[in-house]
Amino acid sequence: MKADPAGVLTGAHYLDGDFACGEGAMAAGCRFTAGYPITPSTEVVERISRRFPMMGGTFVQMEDELASMAAVVGASWTGTKSFTVTSGPGFSLMMENIGLAVMMETPCVVVNVQRGGPSTGLPTMTGQADMMQARWGSHGDYELIAMSPQSPQEAFDLTIDAFNLAELYRVPVLFMMDECVGHMTEKVVIPPADEIEIVPRKLTKSKPGDFEPYRANGQMVPEFARAGDGYRFHTTGLTHDERGYPEMSAECQDKLVRRLMDKINGNADKIVRFEEEDTDGADVVVLSYGITARVAREGIDLAREKGVKVGVIRLIVVWPFPEKRIRELAGTVKAIVVPEINYGQMVLEVERCAAGRCASVCVPHGGGGVHDPSDICDAIMGAVK
Amino acid sequence: MSEVIERAEALAEEHPVAPYLRMDRIPHIWCPTCGIGTVVKCFVTALEESKVDLDKTSIVSGIGCTGRVAGYMNLDAFHSTHGRAIPFATGLKLGRPELFVTVFSGDGDLSGIGGNHFIHAARRNMDILVVLVNNFIYGMTGGQNAPTTPLGAKSSTMPFGNFERPFNLPHLAATCGAVYVARWTSLHIRRLTKSFKEAIGRKGFRFIEVIAPCSTLYARLNKLGTGFNLMQFYHDSTEIRHGADTRDVGIDYQDEIICGKFVDEQRPTFLDMMHDQYRRTLGDKYVPMPQEGGHIHE
Repeated sequence: MKADPAGVLTGAHYLDGDFACGEGAMAAGCRFTAGYPITPSTEVVERISRRFPMMGGTFVQMEDELASMAAVVGASWTGTKSFTVTSGPGFSLMMENIGLAVMMETPCVVVNVQRGGPSTGLPTMTGQADMMQARWGSHGDYELIAMSPQSPQEAFDLTIDAFNLAELYRVPVLFMMDECVGHMTEKVVIPPADEIEIVPRKLTKSKPGDFEPYRANGQMVPEFARAGDGYRFHTTGLTHDERGYPEMSAECQDKLVRRLMDKINGNADKIVRFEEEDTDGADVVVLSYGITARVAREGIDLAREKGVKVGVIRLIVVWPFPEKRIRELAGTVKAIVVPEINYGQMVLEVERCAAGRCASVCVPHGGGGVHDPSDICDAIMGAVK
Repeated sequence: MSEVIERAEALAEEHPVAPYLRMDRIPHIWCPTCGIGTVVKCFVTALEESKVDLDKTSIVSGIGCTGRVAGYMNLDAFHSTHGRAIPFATGLKLGRPELFVTVFSGDGDLSGIGGNHFIHAARRNMDILVVLVNNFIYGMTGGQNAPTTPLGAKSSTMPFGNFERPFNLPHLAATCGAVYVARWTSLHIRRLTKSFKEAIGRKGFRFIEVIAPCSTLYARLNKLGTGFNLMQFYHDSTEIRHGADTRDVGIDYQDEIICGKFVDEQRPTFLDMMHDQYRRTLGDKYVPMPQEGGHIHE
């Protein structure tokens, strides 16, 4: 369906990534936000708290990030689209209830405007070191979706996509910004509401009594009933059967967790999203995401001036990872070079998929700034030697 | 020759509270003489007599023995994470303001790991009813010390007696702004039911503490006898003192338990305050979330 015009600030704006992300959430139909202040993400909820009262939205500043995430999961069960926004330390605190959202199959979006870590780290300075935490941060086996925007425009556009994916797969979608994109101000064009496609919360048409909250009916994603419509359903973070009742058995565990993983893995071809250019006949491919994808541009140009054929992969959806494509590319290039603002996280995925068929080259940066493009160029040159 | 004893066929009569429970999940997990089931029965009776719209009633629990209550109630029921029932309930209430939301959980869940949420929800006067069953101990994990374990009582992690001062929960709730505060034991079934009914009829952060026996762990570790002995103790050692100063209702080991309704006030809830503020400052531009929630549909 088309977006509710009440949440769409149509026009050309000059916005930072945080504000653009907030606008994206409102355009996507988000009407509940719980958050706790943390640099460099707070601008998102500041924007929301100023605009929500005019569109039937409710923002509540909770006492901590544990509460914020729990409130978002609770609110989503009323059918109201919900999200929260945080940065590294808060992201750590949210992990348990992100797992709850996975287990209860609760659509929601969690924005992490990444800063330098570990611990309090570099509160006002950039980082990309939570990428593996996004994938593995909550306990247990699970799959979810994570995205990474490279500009304020994308912070707007992809936030809408994040909400849509959350609805389609009933899963938390982690929106992995970085401080640079969050605080970078650029032109953001917000289209008219009738040009924005949103996925509404689809409610079950079953009658109460015929409804089981986790009966997948051969589909991967079960139908949803919201609190207050008379279904009197039960949901739990415990391993549960199709009725949502706890069942402590290896069989039930396997059936449930396998489906939770398969609904993402089995649809990975539809979810995976990346940009690719000049990879045909390339000697080296540079794979990056977020702000680093923009910084890498200059490093790539420098290497091209020196005669190296360099292809580009920019991840837009980071989890699930584009395994298939990386496996193919690994057979055609000498190396995949991965600059990222950490000491080597997504490069591990590249290495896994390449499986020794090409070199995987990490170009690390500890955070607090972005790469010097010449370092990326040097890594490319080193890889073709 | 064997004798066949004929028994009168049991009358196929449904238990009066059956419609309120998930009978397909019975038997429950609670131990014999546990007080939680009694508290549930009182709550169900209060729901029935209050004639609340059960389709618009949600119940949220955390983790623990009392954390299993939501799972047995035939309502929209949420068995959330340890300590997070109150913020989860906050999300439900704010996401669909017409809901009547009750949190049912234990002392460890709500006042230990979830203590921060408890005080802030009371401060905000979030419109939820919080039922805390206090058995003075972590039951499900095997009898460890709780923030409510009385001084001197033994627990599996205070084997030589507890030396940490416990919470006085009614006082905590009252000082943080709860508009309704009461305490009963699981022996006080009529008064507890009445208190539930009263609280269901109020708005804002309502808090009812129910002292309940844990004969499997608390009583065994402290050699307090059987379930019967515990009920006898409640009978002999509780005093009803409505309107008592909550500073005076702390619980000492095997000492008098003051019960009653301590606070019953009316103050604007979080949502009342929010609406007022936005209406005053934004006028006609303010669009409150519809009572049925912010669900956007075609």
